[in-house]
Amino acid sequence: MNKTMNIKHIVRFTQEIRKDILKYHAKTGRSHVGSSLSCVDILIALYFGVLNITPGRAQMKQRDIFILSKGHAVSALYAVLTKKGFMSKDLFWHCLLPGHSTKDCVPGIEVSTGALGHGLPIGVGYALAARFDKSRSRVFVLMSDGECNEGSVWEAAMFAGHNRLDHLVAIIDYNKIQALGRTQDVLDLEPLRDKWASFGWEVKEMDGHDVKKMIRVLKEVPLKKNKPSVFIMHTIKGKGVSFMEDKVEWHYRSPNEELLKTALKELSAP
Amino acid sequence: MRNATIQAVIELAEKDKNVFLLTADLGFSVLEDFQKKFPKRFFNVGVAEQNMMGIAAGLALSGKTVFVYSIIPFVTIRCLEQVRNDICYHNLKVRIIGIGSGLSYAHDGYTHYATEDVAVMRSLPNMTIVCPADPLEAKALIKSSEFYNGPIYIRLSKGRDVSIHAKLNSFKIGKGIVLSKGTDATIVASGNILAQAKEVCEHLKNKFSVGLISLPTLKPLDEKLLLQCARKTKALFTIEEHSEIGGLASAVADILSRNNTGVFFKPFALPDAFIKTIADQKELLDRHSLSARALTKRILIVLEKLGKK
Repeated sequence: MNKTMNIKHIVRFTQEIRKDILKYHAKTGRSHVGSSLSCVDILIALYFGVLNITPGRAQMKQRDIFILSKGHAVSALYAVLTKKGFMSKDLFWHCLLPGHSTKDCVPGIEVSTGALGHGLPIGVGYALAARFDKSRSRVFVLMSDGECNEGSVWEAAMFAGHNRLDHLVAIIDYNKIQALGRTQDVLDLEPLRDKWASFGWEVKEMDGHDVKKMIRVLKEVPLKKNKPSVFIMHTIKGKGVSFMEDKVEWHYRSPNEELLKTALKELSAP
Repeated sequence: MRNATIQAVIELAEKDKNVFLLTADLGFSVLEDFQKKFPKRFFNVGVAEQNMMGIAAGLALSGKTVFVYSIIPFVTIRCLEQVRNDICYHNLKVRIIGIGSGLSYAHDGYTHYATEDVAVMRSLPNMTIVCPADPLEAKALIKSSEFYNGPIYIRLSKGRDVSIHAKLNSFKIGKGIVLSKGTDATIVASGNILAQAKEVCEHLKNKFSVGLISLPTLKPLDEKLLLQCARKTKALFTIEEHSEIGGLASAVADILSRNNTGVFFKPFALPDAFIKTIADQKELLDRHSLSARALTKRILIVLEKLGKK
């Protein structure tokens, strides 16, 4: 993907990555395909249009930091890291990769996650260091909506607001489904926007599948000087595959051969 | 001990501008000097220990050396997953300073006791555990931690500093300190209960030849020194202010059982129980037979029995 890509090209690009994710889940039988399809457009926007990072230069100074705090959506990250050139295709299709984002097991992962509610506090630490070092580095933390049940998320949110950490950007993949049901039934997050705003964050709600617009907006963070930014991305769990969309069960299931075929066909339609 | 430790941290911070200090809203009259000297490297994160550990990890991943400070249960078991996943997995230069080893917070009750912390922290890969016995050991530890990689859990007592060492010739993380050598028995103690152990040796010296070892580092254990003592003396005693499960006693027993030394081994520790009596620390130790007087009596019985064989 490059700057001159039009919307048709972008859609095709995201579909190719979705196909990789589906094949990966079909091959490995792993859970969380719905979570990956939900946030993959956000990852594409970040990795192909926003983050200042370079494959092969993992420790580059002043690079942007990305933390996949919803570590269970790691198949989407693998697919994107492979497309971007951090991971080799062999490694991706080898499939013996951790089911949660794990540093040292694959190149391009800054921090291990998997237990929810860890990414934002770590992101705060990175952001404090960046401010102290007068670095241009920005820190992006992608969380799930269910993850916002964790108290540690709000401990970090309070600290970042209080300390005006404008190096820090939280992104919430708000697909409105968590492990056992709809977020509004399990533990309602609403009014989510007001919650973050009251903790001292600048909030923006967006369509989490509009790659072009996300790139345009995310590139320009912070949303406001001297404030941490949070993006509430409205998304659809299982996005792109009709029978997976907005279904709790695809938090767990992986497609069999027949369903994979159907899904790939849908994603190949013009 | 707290003041000596923080003074040493300040000395480190003067040399190295990457040294940070975080507290979860504790450390009144202890941390002010650091805060005054290095306001940009000091953060009171509020009463939020999980967040503090995550922040420490993020700072350390950015190349900082991070000291975190609070009462022991709050910086160990309260935020154990952050310590394990964020700090230990990434093997970061985070120094967890926990205050109130054992029953230091006597009157505050069981929520503030640190009687299982060593057991829990010992089980974490990459974690080093040091429990200094007096201000000299604490200072030496901070100094020698400068180039030590990976996390360190620093277990400190609270209350009046008891000086045990007149001077400390050498201090190395992972090494025990021989205070005296003996042929009948060796007493190994970790932390400020070393003071009681020293008193025990005084009481016994006319009857038996008893050696004394301070073992500040509980992980990695000084296996070489322990085996030497086990092979040269008839009996080995450990004394600690921690539950009998998972602390110094367990660590030493592991080594002895793996090496088949045949030495007589008896640990003295707190019971596997919640302590509900409210009294001062000295009184509590006495009630659990960990005062110098009680320990002397218990050790004497063993040594007299062994002597008759």
